[in-house]
Amino acid sequence: MLLIHCPCCGVDRPEIEFRHGGEAHIARPADPSALDDHQWADFLYMRSNPKGVTAERWRHVHGCGRFFNALRDTVSDRFLAVYRTGEPRPDLDAASTGMEGGK
Amino acid sequence: MSETALYRPALADNQANAEVLARPGIKVTRAGPLARFVFRGDAAAAGKAGGAFGAALPVAPLAANAVGARAALWQGPDEWLLLARPEADGEQAVDMLARQLAGEVAAALGDTPHSLVDVSERNVALLVEGAGAADLLNAHVFLDLSPEAFPVGTATRTLFTKAEITLWRLGDEAFAIEVWRSFAPYVEGLLIEG
Repeated sequence: MLLIHCPCCGVDRPEIEFRHGGEAHIARPADPSALDDHQWADFLYMRSNPKGVTAERWRHVHGCGRFFNALRDTVSDRFLAVYRTGEPRPDLDAASTGMEGGK
Repeated sequence: MSETALYRPALADNQANAEVLARPGIKVTRAGPLARFVFRGDAAAAGKAGGAFGAALPVAPLAANAVGARAALWQGPDEWLLLARPEADGEQAVDMLARQLAGEVAAALGDTPHSLVDVSERNVALLVEGAGAADLLNAHVFLDLSPEAFPVGTATRTLFTKAEITLWRLGDEAFAIEVWRSFAPYVEGLLIEG
């Protein structure tokens, strides 16, 4: 079973305690009424879906209940880093040299 | 046996049978009713609430603080489960204690933003005790329950197969399961099945 490190609880927990929350670092437009339909649709629906490292939101829904962000490799399904909501995306070199959460 | 004075087996006249399961090395018992609250607020609010409640609200993740017949369990960085057992037996005593504690905590908090929800009727508790307790739980709880990884006093929300529970280690061979009342037959059934 895939273990995910929760930065809030500070422990590794099984994947079933967590829920995926979509791509991270997508900011809601400050003034939605100023956007046209295409721009609004881009914000709502368009995601990068990369093959490789992606930043995602996860929620420890059957634990502390908190959202946090994680870097995950979509090819290997390995979690490279976890970090709290509001923190900047860690750079990949730091992540790949064994930050917490690498499973 | 459990190392807290909080839980008592349910009275025989209250529920037909408090005993769920009794085998060599394993015993599962329904616990008697408690007053329960979910408290949410920041650290300042938690500090005030702990004073009024009678057991400080722990700030360390996965910690539980049991003082006599009161306990505060960490659930999240701004969320705690508060448990209290009245002196007297019976549902009426639980109800009176819940009203009294709610009033005292609310008075101590004053204008400090917080939320205090009475969930006394929502949860029931099961006590799992004996040398085989961890093994029995591990059939349905996907956590490392070895004493190093899950020491006495650890409390956490997790899953019991499909039911969400709060698992609290009371002693080396004693656990309490706090589970929603409607999920309890499911949890009990799976415990009996092993």
